[in-house]
Amino acid sequence: MPKVGIASCGITKFTKDDSKIESVLLKSTKNLFDNSPNLSRNDIDAVLVSTNNNSKYLSAILSEMSGIEPKIAHSIESLCNSGTNAIVSAYSYIASGLADAVLVSGAERYDSPGQILEWDNSRGEFKHPIFWASIFTKAYKREFSVTDEELAIVPVKNHKQSQNNPNALSEKTYSLEDIINSKKLTDDLRLLDCSRPCTGGASILLASENTCKKFTDVPIWITGIGQKTTSAGFTKNMSFSSMESTQIAASTAFKMSKCNVKDIDVAEVHDAFSVCEPMALESLGFTDKGKGIDMIKDLHATNNLKINPRGGLIGSGHPLGATGIAQTIEITQQLQSCANKRQIANAKTGLVHNMSAAATSSTVLILER
Amino acid sequence: MNFESELKKGNFLISECVHCKKIVWPPSEFCNQCFKEVSWRKSLYEGKIIEFSKQNNNYFCLVEIENTIKVMGKISSGIPNVGQHVKIERCGIKDDNYYFEMSLI
Repeated sequence: MPKVGIASCGITKFTKDDSKIESVLLKSTKNLFDNSPNLSRNDIDAVLVSTNNNSKYLSAILSEMSGIEPKIAHSIESLCNSGTNAIVSAYSYIASGLADAVLVSGAERYDSPGQILEWDNSRGEFKHPIFWASIFTKAYKREFSVTDEELAIVPVKNHKQSQNNPNALSEKTYSLEDIINSKKLTDDLRLLDCSRPCTGGASILLASENTCKKFTDVPIWITGIGQKTTSAGFTKNMSFSSMESTQIAASTAFKMSKCNVKDIDVAEVHDAFSVCEPMALESLGFTDKGKGIDMIKDLHATNNLKINPRGGLIGSGHPLGATGIAQTIEITQQLQSCANKRQIANAKTGLVHNMSAAATSSTVLILER
Repeated sequence: MNFESELKKGNFLISECVHCKKIVWPPSEFCNQCFKEVSWRKSLYEGKIIEFSKQNNNYFCLVEIENTIKVMGKISSGIPNVGQHVKIERCGIKDDNYYFEMSLI
């Protein structure tokens, strides 16, 4: 398979702003062009837009507003992992030879319709994500004898880490007591256990090996891709205390990249809610089942930024269509040694975990320097 | 027979593949294993609690019906336990959402 790399990135600050989706898309695309002086509009063969926004024809609109006339232009939607799905599509266009350079731009507004999967009637009247998160949390706590206080370390850690991310929604740190005393949404979930919907955009330029080197001195290669969709409906999950789709996607990605979890220096995992971080770490193979919280406690106590250095979804905010792209940008910057205060020393191999709808679908990417 | 038109009347029907002899869920006209047509029958209206939580003073739970179908619904009264059996007391469609109300057995 020909090598496909990341040639440039652009991002906006994540906010609660009432901006038009087209404007959010354009801002991160402009930032990408600002970051790549050698890039011309004619270099771009395809423009892929990742969003859950209901506006139509956004890739053609973004192309026109950016002065690009691509061969291929279309949108990609897969709820919360739209972003990495768009990156995988871009990879495929390049690997197949249909395109040489692909702009992937993700954007969402704070009021995204992608937050609730209306189709999933097996959730009855409990369609908001806080209900699947409550069931996951209760099942995880029950199976592994984990407490609310232990799970609260996840938002404490991720808000802390997000303070070094200039684009993060979160602007403050929280104590364990703050998390525990935040508004109780259900018996098993508090407001500060949740990532927050927001307005934000993230863009990435993927290109073939030679083209990549035209735009950056430090290309980052996508060496592993794993994806799995086990169902659409939350209640079809076989386990409510682990992520089956993540486990399968990780295994595929590691096999493709010929590396294993011990080689990973830095990872962005999909902490949509507190419980998702330990569950993801376990399903990705970073630690044994039920031991995710121990790993997180240790990382937090030693200020080790290995997991979610930009603050994850909880600290950064969760603009659905932009999230997977923002996660990939973070790992790219880490491997390029340009993550400033968030930098993990000598990071060579990184992982992105992005999932949708109560882990019914997962994408895992392995990135290497 | 339309699943939703019956649910609106408070009837919980189950689609079963004539060929595979398996329950098809979510309800569909065609089997998700062989695409043959399904037949419809009434549910036993009983299930068991897989997991539960509570919002304000109301318990909500994930219930497995006939060892296959999982749905989320309300518990009308009492304190639920995992593995406990429940009866679907009421079901229907309200504000475009399905709803299931269970009582503990």
